[in-house]
Amino acid sequence: MPQHPPCLTLRHVRYAVGSARSPQGLKEILRGVDLTARSGEVTVLLGPNGAGKTTTLSCAQGLLHPSQGTVALLGQDPFRAGAELRARVGVMLQDGGMPQSVQPRALLKHVASLHQNPWPVEDLVSRLDMGDFLRTSIRRLSGGQKQRVALAASLLGRPEVVFLDEPTAGLDPQSRQTVFELIGELREMGMGIILTTHLLEEAQKLADSVFILKDGEVVRHGSVAELTGSGATGSETATGAARRMVFTASRTLTRAEIGSAPVSIELDGGIDNAPGAAWMTPSLTGPTQLRELAAWWELIGMMPVEVRMEARTLEDVFWEVSVS
Amino acid sequence: MTTSHAPLAPAPRPAMRRIISHGLYETRNVLRNGEQLLVSLILPLLVLVGAHRLELITSAATPSIDVITPGVLALAVMASAFTGQGIATGFERQYGVLAYLATTPLGATGLILGKAIAVLAVVAVQVVVIGTAGLVLGWNPDPVGLLWLGVVVVLGATAFTALGLLLAGTVRAEATLALTNVIWVLLGAAGGSVFPLNHDGAGALLLLLPSAALGEGLRTASLDGSFPVLEALILAGWAALAVLAARRWFNWR
Repeated sequence: MPQHPPCLTLRHVRYAVGSARSPQGLKEILRGVDLTARSGEVTVLLGPNGAGKTTTLSCAQGLLHPSQGTVALLGQDPFRAGAELRARVGVMLQDGGMPQSVQPRALLKHVASLHQNPWPVEDLVSRLDMGDFLRTSIRRLSGGQKQRVALAASLLGRPEVVFLDEPTAGLDPQSRQTVFELIGELREMGMGIILTTHLLEEAQKLADSVFILKDGEVVRHGSVAELTGSGATGSETATGAARRMVFTASRTLTRAEIGSAPVSIELDGGIDNAPGAAWMTPSLTGPTQLRELAAWWELIGMMPVEVRMEARTLEDVFWEVSVS
Repeated sequence: MTTSHAPLAPAPRPAMRRIISHGLYETRNVLRNGEQLLVSLILPLLVLVGAHRLELITSAATPSIDVITPGVLALAVMASAFTGQGIATGFERQYGVLAYLATTPLGATGLILGKAIAVLAVVAVQVVVIGTAGLVLGWNPDPVGLLWLGVVVVLGATAFTALGLLLAGTVRAEATLALTNVIWVLLGAAGGSVFPLNHDGAGALLLLLPSAALGEGLRTASLDGSFPVLEALILAGWAALAVLAARRWFNWR
């Protein structure tokens, strides 16, 4: 399948705050970020808090000027670009950017009035189910309602590229599903979508490419399949080597036993080291390790209640990067 | 959402229409905001009526309505341009509204020009309401001087808007709220805006304050019918300084 054209390119982008002469010194937030996002694809930025995701987006949107490096948004420098470029780009900021005393209806109509061919406000209102709170001041809306207003505002100009910083933060599961369905449709329409999220399961379902940031650098990037080594996202017939194994212990494991395991093991989704607890190996590289694990069970005299193999998830990769 | 709308290409509206649209949007927001109306119109009107009543009671010790009305106009202009815009912009900055609007076709320049339209629209309402109240109370301005009064009002609004935006873009919203209110009260009470300055000694130096330049300029225009050159230059100087400082230190987020 031919690759979609890039809609955003960051090359060796650095961004620092402060001054070398100040007592606090110069603090580098971004330390050479390289990133390419494509039209018709969902590009997800992941990373722990403080990794530089929002600063990366701010440089890409033209809100911040990089200390070094280049940014090309639809082929132009967003920091110096004019209204023509800004009309082709939609932005949903992490903190919303919504005036508190204004009603959503007034805000959306105003943003629409800045565009030549705006999306009909009523279409977005209906799609994002905002009818009930359209005439309530934004100050009085719930976090999820504010998110929907901000998302609608970002789409009003029919952008070619849209930046969504935590679009599902504060949403209930139903609204979250609505937003993810909408993002899928926007991708089908050829829009380039660049988003950050903490919901790794949804990111795994949506993302065409993923960039994981840590300490201001991209430490991993690729498709979900490439990152998890699964060959194909969520495929039961995945043949990639990188898998994880989950076993249910028949008894509590001692600290010494855990320490003597041939591969690192972690409690899977819980903290209770008790009979019936599920343990997982974040990454298995081959049958040799399986044989070693079986030998270890024999050594400590513990027969697992259940053993299953799973494809690695984006969450596994994320945690691997976070703790490394 | 229907895909039938998708083929339309994204494009900005013409610049002037965007700016006017934003000016009208901001004006509506100000006029619907009860707190801003209180500071911009109700309090100046209370000062006007209060000072006039004081004049009736102790006529020998207080300035006449011809002196008070332009002074109250100066107070009102400071309220809408400095206090009102400063507070509104400070909180817009805190909530990320400025950053968001800077990413839309409006952009940073359109945002500032739209705000300027809103300030001028509100000031126009203030001039009409306070001027009418002054006329009812016996204000008798020089007809030619009204033209110069309009020029000084625009200059004053420009200088105080720039000062308000400078404050809003450099300190926290809560600090902007406190500072703009305190400064407005101080400049109104003792900064030569409402009551005339003593032009001898320290009073002459006070004319360098933007509040005094605005108040004295409006009084000169309405009482003498002449253009207050010195006061206009002082206001233009403050406006230029504040704009330069804002360009250097204003933070959008």
